[in-house]
Parts: sequence; structure tokens; C-alpha cells
Amino acid sequence: MDETLLRSLTPAVIGVLVRRGADFAAAEDAVQEALVEAVRAWPDRPPRDPRGWLVTVAWRRFLDSARADTTRRGREERVEAEPEPGPGRAVDDTLQLYFLCAHPSLTPASAVALTLRAVGGLTTRRIAQAYLVPEATMAQRISRARRTVASVRFDRPGDVATVLRVLYLIFNEGYSGDVDLVAEAIRLTRTLAAGFDHEEVSGLLALMLLHHARRPARTRADGSLVPLAEQDRGLWDTGLIAEGVDVLQAALARDRLGEYQAQAAVAALHADARTAEETDWVQIVEWYDELLGITDNPVARLNRAIALGEADGARAGLAALAELDPSLPRRTAAAAYLHERDGDPGTAARLYGDAARSAPSLPERDHLMRQAARINTRLRG
Amino acid sequence: MTKYLLLKHYRGAPAAVNDVPMDQWAPEEVSAHIQYMQDFTARIEETGEFVDGQALSPEGTFVRYDGEGRPPVTDGPFAEAKDLIAGWMVIDVETYERALELAGELSAAPGAGGEPIHEWLELRPFMSEPETVTE
Repeated sequence: MDETLLRSLTPAVIGVLVRRGADFAAAEDAVQEALVEAVRAWPDRPPRDPRGWLVTVAWRRFLDSARADTTRRGREERVEAEPEPGPGRAVDDTLQLYFLCAHPSLTPASAVALTLRAVGGLTTRRIAQAYLVPEATMAQRISRARRTVASVRFDRPGDVATVLRVLYLIFNEGYSGDVDLVAEAIRLTRTLAAGFDHEEVSGLLALMLLHHARRPARTRADGSLVPLAEQDRGLWDTGLIAEGVDVLQAALARDRLGEYQAQAAVAALHADARTAEETDWVQIVEWYDELLGITDNPVARLNRAIALGEADGARAGLAALAELDPSLPRRTAAAAYLHERDGDPGTAARLYGDAARSAPSLPERDHLMRQAARINTRLRG
Repeated sequence: MTKYLLLKHYRGAPAAVNDVPMDQWAPEEVSAHIQYMQDFTARIEETGEFVDGQALSPEGTFVRYDGEGRPPVTDGPFAEAKDLIAGWMVIDVETYERALELAGELSAAPGAGGEPIHEWLELRPFMSEPETVTE
């Protein structure tokens, strides 16, 4: 029973029901029930047309629940009149659902939850597990989101930037428990890219593939972080890297640069270097300049300063850092690194300690604390 | 979304504005306080921001390793000067500003005279998983 295949059919089936006149929340409920039914029935009797099967069962479920509180005849007349959807419509229905679930009227957290549920086909319980909140809390988050978008017209194109932001948020959440949100975000972005020809969708897909390709090298078995320069590049997934580079090149060829393409270009330059020393830092700095031309984001400026420190020397990097807001996350860690490279271990150790105390995550704190301890031990010895 | 721990202290926080021990309140004031806390929890459950919360007993003990086969050294109940945690609540919110807002609401729970307690609550962000690399 291929659960991923099953879930990939979800958005189109919801779309069909909504197009036939079901309201969004009722359609979504009916499709969830149909998915549960499919998990039960398909191993014994696999359908020839899985999507058609789901549409039929979900529509019947919707009618069952609709009959309870509304007149019977109108709904039944509508089901008689409606022809089966063709393959072209299925793609459109899926896309519309992406846009609806990432609607700008939703908070990012609500859009993420609704997208995972309605587009991703995940159950509320699994989404709650992935985000480490109680199921009741996640259920409320989703039902509020559904109420918010209930009045949004389904036929209006949405904002692609919002959809991409939601998918990138899901990707960045990482994974916990038995739901790998990274894999789920890549799956959803792949589906979107397959049905929607847009250079930034490709840019985001490339960025995710290139980041994901290097994931196995990024942490040790004990969960501790491995800095880029020390990563075992043999662990990088060359298949994903090749795919990411292909997707990126096709996007860049259209000459409509966006922030995801620029970030993916940086990731591609890292992925392309066989050793840390071979990294083309000069070109990376140039891509950060492009990125800053599109979006003047402080994180990008911090990353550019680090890249500049590699390309033009630690002093140049420190000078660039000096222009940034001192409270910017990871600025202190970057300064520590550059001071050590500049031959000032005392300052570096002190800054690593400071950075560790304000680190946002445990693996990062531990990594920074080890750096401080390493330098301090050497200074004492 | 970021998770925050809201810590309520029996002792150890700066004094509240309306600083009257609960056993000196009128019974209906105690009921109003409890109702306020329940309403607050229900409301942030509905907004999808509630994660967990528990009240803690004032009875606490310090435990320390004291060598193989030897009993741990205990030091309790708490002496007067020590910080004492009364309870905690975990919330999962969109922004730091929202966390401040909710902590403020919780601090406004009614106390003696039906007036807000204005107690100090400690607000601590959770450490998270590492986010996607920025290398």
C-alpha cells in the first residue's frame, strides 16, 4: 500500500468536490474519510483508477453528511449533472488547492497546517506529532484555518510567493517522530513544479534538493553538528545534487532571477566543490550580492560576510560583519570564527562562549561550546 | 512557530503589584481567579497556541549524587529564601510579541479585591531543532 501515492491524489480529489459545490471544510473531511477507507480496502481490492475511486467514495461521504442537514434533492441532482473530471482539470484542481491553503489571510502556522492536511493528506494526529503540539491544538489550528478560507473563492489564482514561503517553512521544520517534513516538503514542491511552470518554483525545488542532498553529512550519529568544512563529502547524495543542479539551470536559463534561485545557486556551488578548499567563494559572494539586490535580508547579509571572509580574508569578513545589527542571530558565532582565522584565539574563544549562551538550538549550542572549549584548552596548554 | 515556557513562581519572582497571599482572598475571588485561568487555557487552545500546562506542589526536594552506594543528600522542603516554581504553561506562538501578549494576559488574572494580580511571570523560549543550514 503506497501511502505516498495515496496522499498525492488528495489535493485533486478535494478540488473536484469543491468544484462540484461542496464547501472546503466538508470536502476536506470527506476526502480524509475516503483515504481511511482506501487504506482499509485497497490491499484486498486495488482499484484500476485510484483517483476515480477516491472521488466516488469521497463524494458519497460528502453526500451522506450533507443529507443530514440539507435538502436531499438539490445535491443529488448536482451529482447526476456533473461529468467525471478529465486529467487536465485534476492538475488545475491540485494547484488551486495549493494556493487556497497558503492564502495570505492565514497566519504562516495555519497555512502550514492546512497545506499538510489538505494538500499533503496527512492526518491531524501526524501533523500534531511533527510539530510537537497536542492533537486538539492542531485540530483547532486547522479548523480555524478552514473557517478563514471558507469564504475565499476557489477559482481565483493565488499568490505564488505565499505558496513557496509555506512550502519552505515546512521544509525548514525538519523532522521529528515518524513524519519527515523535509521529504514531505520536497514531495509537495515537486508536485507543484510538475503542474506549474514557474522559475521560482523550480528555484525552491532546486534549493530543497541541494540542501537535502547534504543532510547525511551534516550531523554525526550522536546528533552533533559537523561544520561544512569538516563534512564527509562522500556522504552527499550525488543523485539529488545532479537533479537539483539540472532544475536550477533550467530555471536560471529563463533569466528571471528570484531569491530561491539565488540561494540555490549558492547551495549548488557548495555541492560542486569536491573539497572545502575547492569552494568557489568568490562566486558565492557574487550570488549573495544578487540575492541582496532582490531581498535585503539580514541573514543573507550575514552569510555574505562569512563568504567574503573566505574569499578576501578574515579582515574583510569582519569589516562586513561590523555593519550588521549586533543582535542578529549567529552574528557572534560568525565573528568568533573569523577572529580565530585572523589569528586572535582569545577573542574567538570569548565570542564562541557568548554565541553558545544565546544559541537557538541544542546541537548548535553544543557545537559552539566545544569550539570555545577547544580554543581555551589550547590557550592554557 | 516558537514554543515558550511560562513559569509562575510561588517565590523568587519580583513582588506582584496586588501582592496578597491567596489564603487571604475571599472565596469568590479564588473562584474568579481559577475561572480566569481556565478561560485563558480554553481560549489559547482554540487559537491553536496551547501545548501543555501543570501546577506544581510547593513541596520540593534537592537531590545530589554523593558517591556510589551512598544515599543522595536531600535539602527540603525549601527554605524561605529559595525560588519556588508554582506551575508552568507551554505555548506555541507565531511571534515573541504574541508570547509577551499572552504572558501579560495571564499576569492579569484577578486576585484580592477582584483586581488583577500583576504578578511577574518568567518567559523562556524553548531550544529548538537546528533549522536548515545557512552555509
